[in-house]
Amino acid sequence: MTVSGGGWERAGRVSHLAFCAAVFLFLIAPILVIIPLSFNVEPYFTFTEGMLRLDPEAYSLRWYRTVAEDEGWRRALANSLIIGIAATALATALGTLAALGLASPAMPGRPLAMSLLISPMVTPVIISAAGMFFFYSKMGLAQTHLGLVLAHAALGTPFVVITVTATLAGFDPNLTRASASLGAGPVRTFARVQLPIIAPGVVSGALFAFATSFDEVVTVLFMGGLDQRTVPRQMWSGIREEISPAILAVATFLIAFALVFMLVVERLRRRAGG
Amino acid sequence: MAGALRKPQVRAAALVLPLSVFILATFVAPLVTMLTRSVYDPMVADAMPETLALLREWDGQDAPSEAVFEVASREMLKARDDRSLGRVATRVNRVEAGLRSVIMKSARRLRLVNEVDSWRDAMISISPKWGEAKTWRAIRRAGERITTRHYLHALDLQRDADGNVILQPPQRRVYLPLLRRTLAVSLGITVLCLLLGYPLAYLIAQAPPRRANLLLLLVLVPFWTSLLVRTTSWIVLLQTEGVVNDLLVALGLIADENRISMIYNMTGTVVAMTHVLLPFMVLPIYSVMRTIPPLYMSAAASLGASFPQAFRRVYWPQTLPGVGAGSLLVFILSIGYYITPALVGGQSGQLISNMIAYHMQQSLNWGLAAALGSILLGCVVALYLLYDRVVGIDRMRLG
Repeated sequence: MTVSGGGWERAGRVSHLAFCAAVFLFLIAPILVIIPLSFNVEPYFTFTEGMLRLDPEAYSLRWYRTVAEDEGWRRALANSLIIGIAATALATALGTLAALGLASPAMPGRPLAMSLLISPMVTPVIISAAGMFFFYSKMGLAQTHLGLVLAHAALGTPFVVITVTATLAGFDPNLTRASASLGAGPVRTFARVQLPIIAPGVVSGALFAFATSFDEVVTVLFMGGLDQRTVPRQMWSGIREEISPAILAVATFLIAFALVFMLVVERLRRRAGG
Repeated sequence: MAGALRKPQVRAAALVLPLSVFILATFVAPLVTMLTRSVYDPMVADAMPETLALLREWDGQDAPSEAVFEVASREMLKARDDRSLGRVATRVNRVEAGLRSVIMKSARRLRLVNEVDSWRDAMISISPKWGEAKTWRAIRRAGERITTRHYLHALDLQRDADGNVILQPPQRRVYLPLLRRTLAVSLGITVLCLLLGYPLAYLIAQAPPRRANLLLLLVLVPFWTSLLVRTTSWIVLLQTEGVVNDLLVALGLIADENRISMIYNMTGTVVAMTHVLLPFMVLPIYSVMRTIPPLYMSAAASLGASFPQAFRRVYWPQTLPGVGAGSLLVFILSIGYYITPALVGGQSGQLISNMIAYHMQQSLNWGLAAALGSILLGCVVALYLLYDRVVGIDRMRLG
């Protein structure tokens, strides 16, 4: 009986492992498959025989050159960076302040405030974008960089609030009291006591906010004009209209970018003990 | 002021205030504008105030009096001059199809008319539609400033001749089937994510810390990768000339001429969305599993329970908070999904948000887009409240 029980258990464990391996393959393979294809010398989206033979002739940097030399992509990258950095700065400053307030046990109406501040993250972006289109058009902000900066900052703040609140959860309030009793003002207390402790949360939140803006396409589709085309907007038309392997080169660049961001955030999270 | 700031409540609130104001101005105000737009439409009312005042006294049965015709033609000509007639005609056309061309044509011809004995005869000679009470009722309906017609339209309802609200005939229903499809697809994706994600979360939770961290990174890679990149990947993999079909042909599993269409249809939407949303299922379940002491399962085993028994009676119930959180999160995210279905869904894989985008950008029926958006928002808020009850909004975490 024990033998057959052990046999079943082993079979169960092996099939569980096999199943999980398949799911991991499902998660990762689609992302990895893009990378070699972006070096395809032919304008195809699939592996050529030469590529499978690992023939160096079958690989080239031609699509990377195409992208680097293309005025549209260059402007899109500039727009993405301008909008992303401005939105991140705004979101991080406002979000960190708010998190400091939310973490205080004295904060009145905490659940309500939290719901309000998190709402941009849980609202489907199609709804936010539709509403923003109506409202920002009325304010004369449609088809401006400022409009997109405000929109992206609004979508990014919840991430800052959440990550900074999480680092503050383990913060000992006696530290601020000690600092105050030693004669430091609130600004100095913040800079010398609180900021070093919450810094990993602030940086993670900023990275989340930047990644949100850098990947956001729906508000850009609704509100952006030709002058506000961002990288994802350019990819969107690339996928819909003239699908060319140049897209895969951009995608590979974005994957590298995502990996760097992810590793930094994970490092910070571990340092914060979150 | 400085004195008040010394109070901790005031100081905390003062820190939260700037962001609250910012969110109200950049995010909540737009949502309120959208909700307003779904019920408020002054376009026709502003363009034809006198006509509408007269029509409100009209019994709605026979063609209205000469005075109505006269005022209406004057106001149509005025609207034509300030270039708002096209938008007015479009609004009326949405109440009664075919009237846009009648209005535009009539205004064009009436401009050439100087003296007439009867505006009624002049207009009816341009289009007999002006002699029908139905036409004038449509103008009266389009002239309502506060209107429920966008909501009726969005729910496939209409008013019959007596003004009762009835369901559209089955072949003309568009939005209810789409809403049902969106809910069904979201549910399907949620179940799929749970089936794939639960065993994965279990594996990670059971692994030694170092390996668990590594596996967790593998789950996080797709989470961080750009949505458009992941969608592109699926196009590359699944299209008829794509990698998966090539592989199947090379392996001799399918013939070259029988390549399977796995994308630009519902399959594409479901596969790509499951891929996108799976991390949102794994992470909450994993974070609950991590807190379950392994002692419970050993205790169950030592009391003679087989693994399936112990799992069902001891482990699974303890993971339910994570399962609930992950499922709700995935469901909420999928009912509002737009990008992926738009790019890989083809005709059959479209969801309700694609219809909102269509009315925002192509048909320019913004009132209807706003009504659809408001209905979707209502669904999300309801689910969000449920999430708050089950999990607590405070406990929302990232990774």
